[in-house]
Amino acid sequence: MATYEGMTPGTSSGGAAVRGRPFNPLTIDEPRRLGLTLVLPSIIIVFGFLIFPFVYSLILSLMNYDLARPQDTRFTGLQNYIRLTQDRYFLNAVVQTCIFSFASVALEIILGVLIALVMNQHFKGRGILRAVIIIPWALPSIVNASMWSWILNANYGALNALLTQLGILHQYKPWIAEPGWAMLMLILANVWKETPFTVILVLAALQGIPETLREAAVVDGAGAPRRFFALTLPMIAQIIMICALLQLVWSLLHTFELVYVVTRGGPYNSTDLIPMRIYWQTFKALRFGYGAAMAYLSAIALLIPSVFYIRSAYKATVE
Amino acid sequence: MRRNTRARLRRASFRTLLYVAVALIAAWVLAPYAWLIISSISTKIDLLTVPLKWFPQRPTLVNFQSLFSEGESALSQGMTFFSRSILNSLVVTFASMGICMAFGVCTAYAVARLTFPGRRFYLLLLMGSYMMPPIAIVIPGYVILKALGLLDSRVGLMLVNVTFILPLVVWIMRGFFLSIPLELEEAARIDGSSRFGALVRIILPLSLPGLVSAAVFCFIASWNEYLYAFLYTSMRSRTLPVLIGEFTTKVGTDYLKMAAAGVVASAPPVLLALIFQRFLIRGLTEGAVKG
Repeated sequence: MATYEGMTPGTSSGGAAVRGRPFNPLTIDEPRRLGLTLVLPSIIIVFGFLIFPFVYSLILSLMNYDLARPQDTRFTGLQNYIRLTQDRYFLNAVVQTCIFSFASVALEIILGVLIALVMNQHFKGRGILRAVIIIPWALPSIVNASMWSWILNANYGALNALLTQLGILHQYKPWIAEPGWAMLMLILANVWKETPFTVILVLAALQGIPETLREAAVVDGAGAPRRFFALTLPMIAQIIMICALLQLVWSLLHTFELVYVVTRGGPYNSTDLIPMRIYWQTFKALRFGYGAAMAYLSAIALLIPSVFYIRSAYKATVE
Repeated sequence: MRRNTRARLRRASFRTLLYVAVALIAAWVLAPYAWLIISSISTKIDLLTVPLKWFPQRPTLVNFQSLFSEGESALSQGMTFFSRSILNSLVVTFASMGICMAFGVCTAYAVARLTFPGRRFYLLLLMGSYMMPPIAIVIPGYVILKALGLLDSRVGLMLVNVTFILPLVVWIMRGFFLSIPLELEEAARIDGSSRFGALVRIILPLSLPGLVSAAVFCFIASWNEYLYAFLYTSMRSRTLPVLIGEFTTKVGTDYLKMAAAGVVASAPPVLLALIFQRFLIRGLTEGAVKG
């Protein structure tokens, strides 16, 4: 950067005039001014539509703002937050969200690394498999949710048909009518969609490992497990870490449509994740203030893993 | 000699295991989506027979036809709900994409190459806003759009999409700009090109893979977006994902229509992802972004 600054003429907009060109704001060559000009639109967007709503959300969360009773709108301080700590539906949602997210991420990472290891081998059709692995990732999440809702259908679902035809099940099972199974199936649907992301990143990292290193390990007589734990794993550890954090942040507060379409939070609130709860309180019960408090508290709690991610990503790309 | 056969045996069993694993992975990845496609070309009778046959006796396009011929109202302005939602999705997606690319590329260049006050802070802010869960923005966003009279409008939805896609573009493009050697730009500048000229003539053509990657990310992110569209739009400007959600959540679940609509909605992102895979993977690994 420093050498580049040294090259830049001090008064370069003047320089342009000297060269006899008509004045054009786009050719202003002063890096500070150009820099600010270029980022200005996106600063406005980020502040206007992200930072401002985030602050506004805090204000809403401190109010009794009930669309069904607008005449009662008033500032109530921390009352919404105090109510949250006693809201057993919210506490249940926190627990279910943690179960869902940690189980999903663990499976996505284990499965993702295993698939990537297989796909890093030489076999016929490798190109095709590498191409199609991206399909679940590209699928709209609402299509994923609707698709799984159809596959899991109690009477005509493909999963029931498959398992009975294979002789594993003797009679059709209403998967999403039983609390434990419902959660498991949501995790399955989520893992199916999210695993390719891990596979792609881990595979790219695996391909970055020099072949000579592996050969040297073979010559030294290291077996496959030893090679994996002593050579491969340390080299993909960082990308696994980034993947895990991203997936965690993602599944903690982004999982709405899957729950909304497949289970609607049921049975008996066993799959009632935080986004579903917020949606219910805000847009169905119309308690905007209370919903905002719920969303705000969850977002702040999420900032902890986010900060970890930002720090590791920042280290990986900036330094 | 015996050692040799043993080694060969081991290699053969490794190959077998490998191909079993490959087959399992392929089945796991493809089967659910294949079932959606098969369902979309089946009739009710095919799908409701027990035991289930895995392929329809007479494949049909009737489910697709009904999407384009049924369901109209004054609010969908002479189109079926389905056609209307496709139009809405296209308009919102391309508008968001255009704005995100224009602003995102400028911002990425600035944070990658120029020094200006608050550069590091701004970079962190962008990353932070990328991690911001939509659910935290959804409620104030609703109140704000309502106050602006932009609920159930394409413009409102486009504004919201731009907000969460812009950081993604900046993040991808910044990585690409940083990977272009500074000397190239310097050479152009010594030859009398302005900084902006160097950006347009040297940097942008060189980072074409990045531009493609970012544009495809924009398209997929905006096209697939559900939560905001679901909450902020209704009959007039609801997008394709919102309509698909309604097939399975409103009274009278219609899995056939859902499957057909799902195939239509997933075709653009899936095809784009398959075609531009190399670019996407580079974009994904460049910034480890989440689509």
